[in-house]
Amino acid sequence: MPQSIVILISILFDGLAYAMVLFIIAVGLSITMGLMGFVNLAHGAFAMAGGYLVVTLTKSWGVPFLPSLVIAAVVIGIASIPFERLLYSKLYKATELDQVLLTIGLAFMTIAGYTYFYGPAPLTVPLPEFLTGQIDIGVRTVPSYRAFIIAVGAVLIAVLWYGFERTNLGAKIRAAVDNRRMAQSVGINVDRLFTLTFAVGSGLAALGGGLAIQTFGLTPSFAVLYLVFFLIIVSVGGLGSLKGTLIASIMLGVFDIGGKYLYSDAGGFFIYALTVLVLLIKPAGLYGRE
Amino acid sequence: MAASDANAVPAVTMRARAIEYIGKRHRFHVWEALPWILIAAAYFVFPDRMTFGTQVLIAIMFALSLDLILGYAGIVTLGHAAFFGVGAYTVALLTARLNWGEPVTSLIIATLISAAAGFISGWFLLRYRGLTLLMLTLATAILLQEAGNYRSDITGGYDGVPGMEIWKLFGVFENDLYGRTYYIYIAVLLFLVFLVVRRIVYSPFGAALTGIRENVRRMHAIGSPVHRRLVAAYTIAAGIAGMAGALFAQSTAYTTLGVFDFESSAKVMVMLILGGTGRLYGAFAGATIYMLLEDHLAKLSPEFWQFGIGLLLVLAVLFARRGLLGLIEDIGIYFKTGGKS
Amino acid sequence: MSAPALEVRDLNRSFGALRVARDINLTLERGARRALIGPNGAGKTTLVNLITGALAPSSGSVALNGEDITKVSQAERARRGIARTFQINQLFRGLTVLENVVMAIGERTGDCNNLWRPAGTKRIIIDEALDHLDSLRLVEDSLKLVRELPYGRQRLVEIAIAMAQKPRVLLLDEPAAGVPSSESHLILDVVASLDPDIAILIIEHDMDVVFRFAQQITVLVAGAVFTEGAPKDIRADERVRAVYLGQDAGAGHG
Repeated sequence: MPQSIVILISILFDGLAYAMVLFIIAVGLSITMGLMGFVNLAHGAFAMAGGYLVVTLTKSWGVPFLPSLVIAAVVIGIASIPFERLLYSKLYKATELDQVLLTIGLAFMTIAGYTYFYGPAPLTVPLPEFLTGQIDIGVRTVPSYRAFIIAVGAVLIAVLWYGFERTNLGAKIRAAVDNRRMAQSVGINVDRLFTLTFAVGSGLAALGGGLAIQTFGLTPSFAVLYLVFFLIIVSVGGLGSLKGTLIASIMLGVFDIGGKYLYSDAGGFFIYALTVLVLLIKPAGLYGRE
Repeated sequence: MAASDANAVPAVTMRARAIEYIGKRHRFHVWEALPWILIAAAYFVFPDRMTFGTQVLIAIMFALSLDLILGYAGIVTLGHAAFFGVGAYTVALLTARLNWGEPVTSLIIATLISAAAGFISGWFLLRYRGLTLLMLTLATAILLQEAGNYRSDITGGYDGVPGMEIWKLFGVFENDLYGRTYYIYIAVLLFLVFLVVRRIVYSPFGAALTGIRENVRRMHAIGSPVHRRLVAAYTIAAGIAGMAGALFAQSTAYTTLGVFDFESSAKVMVMLILGGTGRLYGAFAGATIYMLLEDHLAKLSPEFWQFGIGLLLVLAVLFARRGLLGLIEDIGIYFKTGGKS
Repeated sequence: MSAPALEVRDLNRSFGALRVARDINLTLERGARRALIGPNGAGKTTLVNLITGALAPSSGSVALNGEDITKVSQAERARRGIARTFQINQLFRGLTVLENVVMAIGERTGDCNNLWRPAGTKRIIIDEALDHLDSLRLVEDSLKLVRELPYGRQRLVEIAIAMAQKPRVLLLDEPAAGVPSSESHLILDVVASLDPDIAILIIEHDMDVVFRFAQQITVLVAGAVFTEGAPKDIRADERVRAVYLGQDAGAGHG
C-alpha cells in the first residue's frame, strides 16, 4: 500500500479518536448554550474535574477504569446542579460579559483548587489490559485505546441522536432551543429542562475528561487549555445543534492531527484561520439558526 | 410652564441648571490629581522598585485601552492581547531583524501598526455581536500567535525574540538597572494617552459610544453609523494597546508569543472589571491592585492567588458589578445620605 | 414635490414558512395622520420594522419622498427623516433624559463625529434639546437618569428622541402602551399637537384615540392589509368589527 494512504488513514483514525473526545465534552456546552444563550467558560472545568475524579477512583480507591468513567460522569453531573441553580441561573438575563466573567472566575477557582490538591504535574491513569495494546484494523495496527474512544463516541452519538430526535424530552429541548418563549408558552418548563441538560452536559464533559487523560494529558489547566477548542466547536457547529457539534468536532480533530502530521508548525494557524473564515461567512455557525 | 406643583423647581431655573451641569461635566475634578500624585510619589518612595513600577504603568495603559471599547462602547472582546502583542512584536522585530532599536520612532511605528491591525480586524469583526464576536476576537489573537509560531524562524517562537537591543532613549538616557528612566518615560506617555482618552470619552463621539453600549437598537433608529463608530473606537484602543505592548518590549527588552495568550486577554479584562469599567480610573485602580496582589501573593502561593482572583471575579459579578471604584462610590453615597439609600 | 412622504409597495416578509407581511401597500402623504390597527399578531410592529429598515423585506419596496430606500440601511433611513418610537422603551437608561435627547440631535447634525470637543458645550444643541423637553414638560426631569423615571415619563422621552430627529415621517408604535390611562392622555395630547407637516403613522389599540386622531385608518390582519379608509367608514365596517370581536375581543371598543 502506498505510504500516503497509510498516512491518510492514520490521520483519519487518530483525528477521529481525538474528535470523539472533543465531541463528548463539547456537546453539552453546545446544547446548554443553545438553550439559554449562556456563555459558559467553566465547562472545561467540569471535564477537568471528571478527569481527576477518575484518577482518584482508579488510583486511590482501586475502582477499575470503566466503572470509574461512569461514576465520574454521574457524580460530576449531579454536582453541577447546585452551580446551575445557585450561580448560573442568576445570570441568564445578564449580559454575556457578566457570564464570561463569572465563569472565568469559576474556572480560575477550580484550577487553583485542583492544583492545590493534585499538583500541577500531568497525571496518568491505570488502563485495563485490553486498552493498552494495539489492534489490527486491516491496513495497520492502531492503539486499542483510540479504537475504544471511537467506539464510546459512536455509542454516545447514537444514544444522543435517539434521545434528541426520538424522545419526548429531546423534542422539548429542540423546541426550547428553537424558540424559548414559544416553548414556555406551550407549557414546557424551560428552567427545569435547562437544569437537566446542564447536568447531563456536565456529566458528559466529565466522561470526556476521563477519556482525555491518556490522550490529552491531565493537568489542572486542562480547564482552559482546551476551552478554546470547545468554544470553536460550539460556535462553528452552531449552538444547540447535535449535527453541527459532531461535524465541527470531526473537522477540528482531523485537521489538527493532519496539521501535526503534515505541517507541524502551520497546523494551528490553519485551524484558527478556518474558524475565523467560517464565522465571518456564517456567524451563527454551520448548523446554527441565524 | 411645568411648575404645576409647589415643590417642583421652575422650568426656567431647571433649564439653567441643566445647561450649567452638562456644560461643565467634562472639567477636571480635584481628586483626579490623586493617581498622578501617587505615580509621582512612587518614584521617590520606591526608587529601587521601578522595574515593577513600569510594568504597573504598562498594565494601566493596556487596561485603559480596553476600557475605551469594553467600558464605554460595550464591545466584549476576548482577544485584546492581540494588539498588545502586535505592538510588542513590532518593536522586537524592528530591533532584532531590521537593527532599528530607537525607542521613540519604533514606539510610534508600533502604535500605528497596532491601530491598523485594529482597524482591519475591527472592520470585519465588529459587524457581529455576542458569542460570535467573542469567538472571533479570541480566534484572531490565537491566529496571530500561531502565525508567529509558524514563522518561528523570524519570531523566535515561544522562546522569545532573540537579540533585542533597545537603544538609549532620545540617544541620551540609558535604562538603568532599576528601570527609573523608563518609569518616567512611560508615566509621561501614560499621562498623554490618558488625556487623549479622557477627551474622547467626554466628546460627542464618546457619548455615542456610550449610547451604543446602552442601547444599540436605539442608536440605529436615530441614524447612528454604529459600525463606523465602533471601528473608530476599536482602532484607537488597538493603537493604545499596541503602545503598551511596545513599551513592554522596550522596557524588558524581551517578548515571547505568550503575550497573545488567552490568559493575557483575560487578565487585562479582570484588572478592568475589578477596578470598574467605563470610568477611566477603574483601569488605574484595577491594574495597580491586581499587579500588587499578584506580586505579593503569587510568590507566596500561586494557587491561592489564582483562587482569590477567581473568587473576586465571581463576587464582583454577583455583588459589585461596577468594580472597586463603583463600590467606593456606593459607600460614599451611603454615608452622605446617612444610610438612607 | 407631489411624491408621498412614504410609499410602501407590495411588501412581503417571511420567516421560513411564516409570512408576517403579505403584499402590503401603504401610502403616507405629507402631514398624514394614519392609524394602523389590527388584532395582536397582525404584524403591525413588523411593518414598522420593515419601513425603518430594522428588518429587510423578502420582496417589495419602500420609498421616502419618491426615492427608493429599500436597500438603504436603517441608520441612513433615520438620517433621511424616518423616526420611530418603540412599543417597549428603547432608551439609554443609564444616561440622563437630556443626554438621551442630545444624542439624537448629535447624530442628526453629525456632531457625534467629533471626538475632541467636550460634549454639552455646544449651546445650540443643548438649547434645542431643552426645547424638545420643554414641549413635553420634561425639563424638570432633564438631569435625572432615564431609569429613575416612572414608565409613563419614559414614554415621553421616547417621543422627545423621535422629535429631536426632526423627522419627515414618524412611526409611533403604541406610544401610550403600558401607561396608566390617567397619564396616557398627556402622551396622546402631545402626539396630537405634533408638527402638522410630519407624516404620522400610529399604532394604537384604544379605538377612541384612533378615531379622534386619525384621518385615515389601515386595518392589518394576519400580515395583510384587510381594509383601509376614513374613520367613519372603518367604524361602520362590519367585517372589521368581526375581525376584532372574533380574534381579540379585549381590544375591540369600536
